[in-house]
Amino acid sequence: MTPSAASAAAEARTAFDVQKVRRDFPILSERVHGKPLVYLDSANTSQKPQSVLDAMDAYYRHANANIHRATHLLSERATALYEGARAKAAAFVNAPDAKSIVLTKGTTDGINLVAQSYGRSTLRAGDEILISWLEHHSNIVPWQLLCEQTGALLRVVPIDETGDIDLEQYAARLSPRTRIVAMGHVSNALGTVNPVRQIVEQAHARGAVVLIDGAQAVPHLAVDVQALDCDFYVFSSHKMYGPTGVGVLYGRPSLLEAMPPYQGGGDMIASVTFEKTLYNVVPYKFEAGTPNIGGVVGFGAAVDYLMAIDRDGALAHEDAVLAYATSRVREIPGARIIGEARHKTGVLSFLLEGVHPHDAGTILDREGVAVRTGQHCAQPVMDRYGITATIRASLGVYNTREEIDVLVRALERVRGVFA
Amino acid sequence: MSDLTDLYQEVILDHNKRPRNFRTIESPSHHAEGYNPLCGDRLNLYVQVDSNVITDVAFLGSGCAISKASASLMTDAVKGRTVAEARALFERFHHVVTTPPDQPVEDLGKLSVLAGVREFPVRVKCASLAWHTLKAALEREPSTSTE
Repeated sequence: MTPSAASAAAEARTAFDVQKVRRDFPILSERVHGKPLVYLDSANTSQKPQSVLDAMDAYYRHANANIHRATHLLSERATALYEGARAKAAAFVNAPDAKSIVLTKGTTDGINLVAQSYGRSTLRAGDEILISWLEHHSNIVPWQLLCEQTGALLRVVPIDETGDIDLEQYAARLSPRTRIVAMGHVSNALGTVNPVRQIVEQAHARGAVVLIDGAQAVPHLAVDVQALDCDFYVFSSHKMYGPTGVGVLYGRPSLLEAMPPYQGGGDMIASVTFEKTLYNVVPYKFEAGTPNIGGVVGFGAAVDYLMAIDRDGALAHEDAVLAYATSRVREIPGARIIGEARHKTGVLSFLLEGVHPHDAGTILDREGVAVRTGQHCAQPVMDRYGITATIRASLGVYNTREEIDVLVRALERVRGVFA
Repeated sequence: MSDLTDLYQEVILDHNKRPRNFRTIESPSHHAEGYNPLCGDRLNLYVQVDSNVITDVAFLGSGCAISKASASLMTDAVKGRTVAEARALFERFHHVVTTPPDQPVEDLGKLSVLAGVREFPVRVKCASLAWHTLKAALEREPSTSTE
């Protein structure tokens, strides 16, 4: 079988009904520049199903109040919805209990929290933090800041030409001074799925704690933080069909207990006097100020949405569309795929010979096709391949093979302009 | 597609493929590096000013068709002009590419091919990168170093 025939067969085997899913996302019927929208930028941010929009609308219409503070009915409703979303998040990643879930502004916020609270209170000069060459800037810069503050050293595990982390180099760079290993679960720039279970195990054998950046993983893969045995797992609502401005930090309960607060303010305290302030318990200790309650409610609905669909079927569908996209783009003369790791999900990064990705992006947009072009907040990955940018088509649960056909036809137009 | 052909006109495609003055200048009197962190585009601009006249100007770098063509057209446009004329041309060019597409703009000759960028707001920065780099280079004290 040809690769496309194989992927068609794989797609047919799954009972997953992508057209039903598409009807759940109102924006997918939008037209851009007079063309039907083909949204291939979900790794940037995903679209939102009607149930998420409805949950937020209903919250503001029927329950809007501040949480944990008032005795009135609306506050009770708001608190129940907010804490309900926390419990849903715990179930979503199989956390041992809801107290191990800190609600944040997003993945970046979660990583900064761990760096500034756990990292700053435990690291000493000469300690080492180990990341990989694949990381998003948000899993690089917070650690660089921490290094400046503590005198710790940032070490980087290289990747090979296909975009896989070099596991031999990983083992070699783990040292008795390694205190924190921080790695992505799925690469946003290349789509590489990293062997996180193995990464965690080897780090633990050296006594390091492990943070996994799951921003690009949770929309695609079922995640079990207890099976992974990671110490911290962070992700964002907006990449998994929820609203922006909300994220999750799962933390191992014993670590969260020992960590100092990240920010000071309301709701994170038990008692305040000018002489001494007692902090609230975990996780509230880490949630200073009025949070994005409406967003958290929408996030809870996004978790419900994902938990209700056939996730194995959805993943098989997405992987089949990715395989189809890969084979179609590979057939285009002058196309070069960046990142061909053994295990990938959701992302196809590529270049067209003689065409700058930005120019391709503009022309694709006029054809209704939304992709991201640029360095994808992963400049070291671009440097690794000696390039400045790629065209990145990234998939969500709602994308179809027909949309890939539209992409490929639009790429032909791009080539036509620059022929 | 009509506005696309407005943007990717023959002149732009030609200057992208065969950029003019795409080289370095040994020990130029002025130099600046332009960088667009959004797309990672980089541009090194070399300017030789003698008695207040731009006697030579060249650039090297990687970028999209718009930024490369704009840099190429700019070098042709400012060579032989005084520094003051080049600065004035920067202002006029900047005005043209930032004026809303439904409003008339002055004719800047060859440079006017870049007026099509007004239909593509996110690409205005691409067209402006070389000009901002020129402005930065000219604002600097002439370099006497040979490094």
